[in-house]
Amino acid sequence: MNIATRLKRRLRSLFRRDDVESDLSEEIALHLDMETEDLVRQGRSREAARREARIRLGGIDKTKEDCRDARGIRLLENLLRDARYGIRGLAHTPGFTAVLSLAVGIGANTAIFSVVNGVLLKPLPFPNADRLLSVSHSAAGVNVDDLASAPFLYFTEREQNRVFEDVALWSVSSAGVTGNGEPEQVTRLLATAGFLKVLRVKPAIGRSFSEKEDTPAGRPTVILMHGYWQRRFGGDPAVIGKRIIVNEESSEIIGVMPAGFRFLNFSRLDMILPYRIDRGRVAAGGYGVRGIARLKPGITVEQAMSDVRRLIGIAKSSWPLPPGISRQQLERLRLGPRLAPLKQSVVGDVGKTLWILMGTIGMVLLIACANVANLLMVRTTGRQQELTVRAALGASWPRIAGELLTESAVLALAGALVGLGVAYGSLRLVLALGANNLPRLEEIAIDRSVLVFTAGVSILAGLLFGLMPVARYARPRLAEALRLGGRSVSANRERLHVRNVLVVVQVALALVLLIGAGLMIRTFQELNSVSTGFTGRDELQAVRVYISNRVAPDPDAAVRREQEVRDKIAALPGVTAAAFASYIPLQGDVITQHGLTPEGLREGDRPRVRDYKLISPEYIATMGIRLAAGRNIDWTDVYQKRPVVMISENLARLEWGGASRALGKRLRTGAAVDQWREIVGIVADVHDTGVREPANTMIYYPALVERIFSQPLWATRSVGFVIRSSRTGTDGFIADVRKAVSSVNPVIPLTNVRTVRDGFEASMSRTSFSLVMLGIAAGMALLLGVIGIYGIISYAVSQRTREVGIRIALGAKASEVRALFVRQGLVLACAGLVAGLAVAGALTRWMSSLLYEVSPLDLPTWVGVSVVLILAAAAASYVPSRRATGVDPVDALRAE
Amino acid sequence: MALSNTKADLLQGTLDLLILKALTLGPLHGWGVSKRIRQMSREALEVNQGSLYPAMHRLEDRGFITAEWKISDEGRQAKFYRLTTAGRKQFAEEQERWKAFAAAVGHTLRADS
Repeated sequence: MNIATRLKRRLRSLFRRDDVESDLSEEIALHLDMETEDLVRQGRSREAARREARIRLGGIDKTKEDCRDARGIRLLENLLRDARYGIRGLAHTPGFTAVLSLAVGIGANTAIFSVVNGVLLKPLPFPNADRLLSVSHSAAGVNVDDLASAPFLYFTEREQNRVFEDVALWSVSSAGVTGNGEPEQVTRLLATAGFLKVLRVKPAIGRSFSEKEDTPAGRPTVILMHGYWQRRFGGDPAVIGKRIIVNEESSEIIGVMPAGFRFLNFSRLDMILPYRIDRGRVAAGGYGVRGIARLKPGITVEQAMSDVRRLIGIAKSSWPLPPGISRQQLERLRLGPRLAPLKQSVVGDVGKTLWILMGTIGMVLLIACANVANLLMVRTTGRQQELTVRAALGASWPRIAGELLTESAVLALAGALVGLGVAYGSLRLVLALGANNLPRLEEIAIDRSVLVFTAGVSILAGLLFGLMPVARYARPRLAEALRLGGRSVSANRERLHVRNVLVVVQVALALVLLIGAGLMIRTFQELNSVSTGFTGRDELQAVRVYISNRVAPDPDAAVRREQEVRDKIAALPGVTAAAFASYIPLQGDVITQHGLTPEGLREGDRPRVRDYKLISPEYIATMGIRLAAGRNIDWTDVYQKRPVVMISENLARLEWGGASRALGKRLRTGAAVDQWREIVGIVADVHDTGVREPANTMIYYPALVERIFSQPLWATRSVGFVIRSSRTGTDGFIADVRKAVSSVNPVIPLTNVRTVRDGFEASMSRTSFSLVMLGIAAGMALLLGVIGIYGIISYAVSQRTREVGIRIALGAKASEVRALFVRQGLVLACAGLVAGLAVAGALTRWMSSLLYEVSPLDLPTWVGVSVVLILAAAAASYVPSRRATGVDPVDALRAE
Repeated sequence: MALSNTKADLLQGTLDLLILKALTLGPLHGWGVSKRIRQMSREALEVNQGSLYPAMHRLEDRGFITAEWKISDEGRQAKFYRLTTAGRKQFAEEQERWKAFAAAVGHTLRADS
């Protein structure tokens, strides 16, 4: 019979052993029954027949055993058992522990490095990406760090610069696509003609915008993103030349971007449209648009800065002033250049978090190395006699050192290989945890440079722990070693001393990481206890709706439509309140700002930039924001366009010195043509931007505002609804809301469906990410540190068996002997603690950007962590110390 | 031993042959095999049941017979064995070998007497 089938059957009988066993039992049982029946038919009593049947079979278990043997299972089973013993034996060898510690250390480092590499180190996926800059401006005069760019600056910079190959403007906004099929809201990138040239990217099919198409006179055109093209047009190449209606304008599709094209961190861009700025109507204002540029080869960022500074001067004098803005006001802004590598805008502030994590995980590897070094020292001590004799017989010490190092190299290599497996696993974990706040997620992978890093780290680690035993043992101290027959007391003490130092280092590093994790836990607690300024976030549902020009031609009609939608939603079953506003807290929306001029601002004082939003009268009550003073605005205020506003308490305090003093005062934007408005109500502070961010200094305008931003009438067409209901977040509820919205007008699209709770959690996600990562690192560190202490105390116990025997023989109590070893462990731990506290004091201040309302020197954390560490150390020394008290004095004395 | 005096003990190595023979007449479960051997030998041969099952498992392991679970005449789930092609060939060979052996033993006995 063929070997393969035979092998298959064997494997089957091995792996489906339960089947085979029950088959066998059943077969035997059947046999016994039938034999019994047969004997009964021959006239025996049932009992006698049963007995006879068993006897004839000759023992059930014996038969079964013979059957198993006949099948040849035995052989394989034995083999497996041997393998199991082998692995178990290996697990007890120092080599296995060493490889495992290393694998964890190297694996974790590889995983975090692949994140650091993908996010921070790799160039952006554009040709010569290092020459790409984000072009922005600061306005030191009004304390604005980042004013972005503006058309008048862009035109001047594009046309008169000496440092850029090209400059472009861009912004991202939403737009409605109508026409064939359901109306939908899309995310569009508005960009000037130079945009794709700056990035050096071409559409995969079709072409880019021409300069002509980027003017109001040009035909409307659009380039589709690959994903949208697939989704909406099924990837049909014949789409070029077709038309699509974007914000009521029929635009010709002239191109489709390549599949891999991504810009900054916009996860979902649907299309690019030309900006079509009317150059003839540009004035020296209109900030808030983003700029990018490509440096000419050989030009530095500093050179570009000074050129842009020169260009700002030219721009300020060569463009007309916007209405209501004087030349002095423009000068008072104190515009300056703000250029940075484009990568910086992509990466944002996550860099610091990642480097801290990298540092933390690096420490874990150091601790692992200390463990391995410790194990190697023990092992080499055992071989000392052999090494000494070989040295005496003429082996050169480089030869011996080389041999010892080879061992370490093998260990490091094994650790690296297993570590790569660990890395693949843990990278998935990191990405799952960091999905919400890691940019460039799609570029994070274990690629060649990560592998090079892993190799480098492994070699370094190998040298680190490999050189220690070499330094100690390779150079022979012949006379001493031979004289003492390998039992050199003084040498042992010295070696033990080195091992003690290693353990102290481990404990110290573990303490640093534990303090880091402790501080993150405290931060998380603080954030959770932050009063967001509104109540019952679990019940709040947010959705966004866009009222287009076609649905409502003017701002007045738009607000009436918005009120209509609100009323429909408020009437839904289970809804207790509903309101709308230009944006809803914690939804990641852009916070709109304007310069605030309080009435009576002294000449020379500059207006400060403050946040504002437009709200429906129900907004304050729906969000559960406390009204601190004055009154709420009402629908009459809205429709009669009364010049009234509400402000937050912190704004009242900052500008007028308190709520009571602010009531009745008047305020205005920075433009002199705008209307003055009276403060009629003061409300509690709200965290609109994020839980971590300070509460916003907010001006609440009625939904319809007259004479603001140099416009006769202002309303917001992209409007956020907030709904309070116990059904929040359920599919049925969202379907109801969708129905309510489309009952007002079926072309109104619904987007950004999200609960306020989700927004709250997202705004904490960076903290939870750091917390989990630091927690894992600290956990590993503590574990490795405890193993270190355990190891050294175990070793001490085994070395001092004789002494313990004498002590016990002389009448020492078991508890005294245990205390002896626990004390030794605690001395080490305390030394580590002191060193660790010093290191932590120096290092934790780097963490302050991750912390919230918690000092890096937070006393409860430091005390708590120290106590935990000491307790762990005590436990780690107590366990081996129990072995010492089990020593029989007679055996112990005989042992030497 | 439970063997009656009137029944002969089985010769070493003949059990496999008898099992194969019993199965040439059609699929049987374990007890059926022992029963059929008894019947075919006109109750002269009593199979040691303790060796029967290991022998059958050995034959199955070597691929001469194969087994499957079926409902027996008595209405119970039973493991039925049947000959494979390899088993038939093996039976033919074993049979020849046995005949040659039996003849040789016969010759020897006649020469002795």
